[in-house]
Amino acid sequence: MIEVRELTKYYDGLAAVDHISFEVEEGEVFGFLGPNGAGKTTTVRMLTGVIKPGSGSVSIMGFDIRRDPIKAKQIAGVVPDLSNAYSELSAWGNLQFMAELYGVPGTDARKRAEELLTKFDLYDRKDHKVKTFSKGMKQKLVIAMSLMNDPEILFLDEPTSGLDVQSARLIKEMVRELNNDGKTVFLTTHYMEEANDLCNRIAIINHGTIVAIDAPEKLKMRIGGMQRVEVSFDTPVDVSCFHSISGVISVRRSGDKLRFYTNEPGRVIYQLVDYSRSNNLEIVMLTTLTPTLEDVFVKLTREQK
Amino acid sequence: MGVDEMMDQLKRACAIAKKDIRIYYLNGPVVIFGILVPGFLFLAFVIGRDLPINFLVAGLLGMTVFFTSTSVTPVIAPTETQTRNLERLAAAPISITTALFGDVLASAFFGIAISLVPVLLGVAFGVTITHPFILALGIVLAAFCFSAMGLIFSSIPTGATSTVMMLSTMVRFPLVFISGVFIPVGDLPSWGQALASLSPLTYLTDLCRYSFQDINNHYPVSVDIAALAIFLMIFMAAATKLHERSLPKRL
Ligand SMILES: Nc1ncnc2c1ncn2[C@@H]1O[C@H](COP(=O)(O)OP(=O)(O)O)[C@@H](O)[C@H]1O
Ligand SMILES: [Mg+2]
Repeated sequence: MIEVRELTKYYDGLAAVDHISFEVEEGEVFGFLGPNGAGKTTTVRMLTGVIKPGSGSVSIMGFDIRRDPIKAKQIAGVVPDLSNAYSELSAWGNLQFMAELYGVPGTDARKRAEELLTKFDLYDRKDHKVKTFSKGMKQKLVIAMSLMNDPEILFLDEPTSGLDVQSARLIKEMVRELNNDGKTVFLTTHYMEEANDLCNRIAIINHGTIVAIDAPEKLKMRIGGMQRVEVSFDTPVDVSCFHSISGVISVRRSGDKLRFYTNEPGRVIYQLVDYSRSNNLEIVMLTTLTPTLEDVFVKLTREQK
Repeated sequence: MGVDEMMDQLKRACAIAKKDIRIYYLNGPVVIFGILVPGFLFLAFVIGRDLPINFLVAGLLGMTVFFTSTSVTPVIAPTETQTRNLERLAAAPISITTALFGDVLASAFFGIAISLVPVLLGVAFGVTITHPFILALGIVLAAFCFSAMGLIFSSIPTGATSTVMMLSTMVRFPLVFISGVFIPVGDLPSWGQALASLSPLTYLTDLCRYSFQDINNHYPVSVDIAALAIFLMIFMAAATKLHERSLPKRL
């Protein structure tokens, strides 16, 4: 769907985006995770044809963004960072304007606007000017606007940033739903959980370069040895009893719990269950802890320096 | 670009024009300014003088088309910079020329509509229009030309409308005085005539004089029309280039 090769953008001699390459597959939610100033917005702007790449190439479903900008933009929906609907127009007026810009025929446009307004719970406010809307309502409208042309690919630049918890959740739910309906989504965020919850694959970007690209769980596995299994039995058991368990890197006691560091949590759990059965112990608590995306992020960006 | 794609872009330019009219024209002090200024300038000049009515109406008409057509195009880009609507537009499948042409369409439409006021005023005062077709053509062409001129002012990458308004006022007022509105070009000294030939407003005023009973027109009609068309093309090309350059700085 999206193919990016050696994409680069300099601002005043500083590389905002530095030779990045990646592909986004049809039907996936692809996340671009990085701190403020990492180059996320600059990348999205180049992918959506808003600014010209310094060098490198971008292709959207086979259309080169420089040679065929109109065709590439025609199949994309865009929610730019910090962008607004026209506050002097109504919600309905904004949606119809989008439809006209993308050449959506009138009857389709009316039907789609009604569907989207209903879906986003804005229908009863459709004739009100956008300037009377709350921030969350405005953001929902901007997303609805980006869907008027029924895009193949949706670009969302920090769509939940600065929103209250409820609006943010609603928007995340929307993204999931759109993806279930088969839409490809390119999403940037600096929220770890958001990337973790929504994305099939994540590119971690820092200082304009991509540090890693993979599925969230695989990224976590990459920093191996950090998974752990914690168990607590009804009667205390000494650490020394578990030296024969295989697949454990180290065991540590912490309070009434035993913590097993391992790369094979499944195998450890089987053995712990067997142990409790053969020794007539009851398991009070058993849990596995994986490294968070945050652990991954911290480790990878530290390695980069 | 094929014919189909051209038509598509033209339709999308109309969508932009419609948006402009709804946002900027149907509720604007800017617009009132565009109508009042020529009115007051005109009164200030006319009072206490004995000039032929058709000469006066021709001048007023030229000035009105000029001020109304250049009143809103300069403020669209800075306003949308400030309200953060531009990135959404830039991501839409339209070229910069299409977006700018949409602004010009709205502005020209408005300029043409308001031009009816001085025309009807003239008719009410007994002026006969001897060349209505030429006059209509001149007004339409000039309205497009002046609207495109307004886009040049707005190409400075700022979100402050006041900066752009100041710049445009500084250019527009002096232009009125060198464009044969108050003194026929033929009566100017040769340096004045040379200066007048650089202003697009000169050619509209000249056409208006011709259309109202053939008086005082300095250039042949074909020269007036060609000059307005050439100015339009230059302004449009320059505006496209300048806005292409300033857009990334506005985001
Ligand atoms: N128009 C611009 N002019 C100069 N520098 C810019 C411009 N836009 C972005 N930058 C710089 O490029 C870097 C990346 O910015 P950006 O892409 O906005 O990051 P992010 O969206 O990840 O927060 C930052 O260091 C920023 O200061
Ligand atoms: Mg950003």
